[in-house]
Amino acid sequence: MDFEFMQETFLRLLSGVPLTLNLAFTSVAFGAVLAMLIALMRMSGVRVLEAFAKGYVFVFRGSPLLVQIFLIYYGLGQFRPTLQEWGLWSFFREPYWCAILALTLNTGAYASEIFRGGLQAVPAQQVEAARACGMSGFLLFRRITFPIALRQALPAYGSELILMVKATSLASIITMMEITGIAAKLISQTFRAVEVFIVAGAIYLILNFIITRLIMALEWWLSPHLRHPPVPKASVEAVHV
Amino acid sequence: MSNGVSMSSPAPAVSVSQLRKSFGSLEVLKGVSLEAREGDVISILGASGSGKSTMLRCINMLEVPDSGDIRIGGELIGLKKGRRGMEPADRSQVDRIRSRVAMVFQSFNLWSHMTILENIIEAPVHVQKRPKAECIEEAEALLAKVGIADKRNSYPSHLSGGQQQRAAIARALAMRPKVMLFDEPTSALDPELVGEVLRVMRSLAEEGRTMLVVTHEMGFARDVSNRVMFLHKGVVEEEGAPQDVFANPKSERFKQFISSHR
Repeated sequence: MDFEFMQETFLRLLSGVPLTLNLAFTSVAFGAVLAMLIALMRMSGVRVLEAFAKGYVFVFRGSPLLVQIFLIYYGLGQFRPTLQEWGLWSFFREPYWCAILALTLNTGAYASEIFRGGLQAVPAQQVEAARACGMSGFLLFRRITFPIALRQALPAYGSELILMVKATSLASIITMMEITGIAAKLISQTFRAVEVFIVAGAIYLILNFIITRLIMALEWWLSPHLRHPPVPKASVEAVHV
Repeated sequence: MSNGVSMSSPAPAVSVSQLRKSFGSLEVLKGVSLEAREGDVISILGASGSGKSTMLRCINMLEVPDSGDIRIGGELIGLKKGRRGMEPADRSQVDRIRSRVAMVFQSFNLWSHMTILENIIEAPVHVQKRPKAECIEEAEALLAKVGIADKRNSYPSHLSGGQQQRAAIARALAMRPKVMLFDEPTSALDPELVGEVLRVMRSLAEEGRTMLVVTHEMGFARDVSNRVMFLHKGVVEEEGAPQDVFANPKSERFKQFISSHR
């Protein structure tokens, strides 16, 4: 192993971190909104909306992200005249936006199921108590249902965030110079795949380690009700007796 | 007003007439009527499945009756035919009425993600839109009144059942309700915790609050309430002042019920 080379590679790959995080967080931000809409459609009780939500999740969760990226970037390129007519070409000609779109649609499908699980696990009695106080509609959702659902969904949603950070590596296929894209370029220049990919893998690990910690901190902060209450002094002394 | 506020005497706090409700093919309420004047404390007794909880839940529209009239302070709750049976004609009317008719549940139903204080000020601040500082002040007084002032920053999961139920009563009081509904408030409690909740309820009755209490606590029915109602299979079997009905029950079933509950 050539450690000097790996150190150099590490610095080169670090320049891809901003784009990796940009892709991940932009698509997660859009995707979370989309996922909430899909989850609410799925639970709406309106048959058409439910069927749409089910179909959506089936398609985008059931097909590979790579295929979706190809279809959006290369596939839609074939309809360039139509897209130009609609004024959408400036969007679809950019690999960045194609990657964002594919990642958003993908995380929208996965996260909608996570959100649905969280929403369905909200105890009906707590919702009933809110109704009995005169809460309904968006107020009830914002103050009671959503905060409880969020706490239920957070552990699973943390995994989804990590999956998304890793999924951005597929954007390298459509010329995005994020960590994996830069790594591939370095390999084609140096033919030292092992060193480069070890470093690339390590960078993803570090990123995800930080994200895991942040999610854990958020979970801790949001769930004082699940921790032991602060022990009053008197009872501490009692234990020592 | 078209919904019939009587001019001669003040309208009863709650008036229910000919209430009917079925779940599927099971008819739970078969024409139940009830009238509570201001300051009445009515104990509603009955075996499980007699329809007593359903009746209470109809009063604040947690269950929508199939037919019958419900008036709160003289105001008729409008109903209309929906696709799945009856539904409230005006949701905002229901929300408004619910904010005046507080409910205490068997299993407390405090919001798990909020502290006790946050639970209590939630509806006053966000439903009734009262100033937060004023609500906090009032909440602290209510917590002191139910005897858990030291728990204001605790979470419901850190409290005993009796403390949770007292917090739930404080939450109901914070709405400054005209009527309070209690749905078996002590049934989920360990025996040694029942007393502390009943004591709070008794003090509310002594303040002259209007209370409808579904309960199995015969002592409370006998000593605290001024009227007792016994439901059996969806009809009112016995009704009257506690000293009368407990001493001279007319209904054979109520006699059995009393003896089985001592």
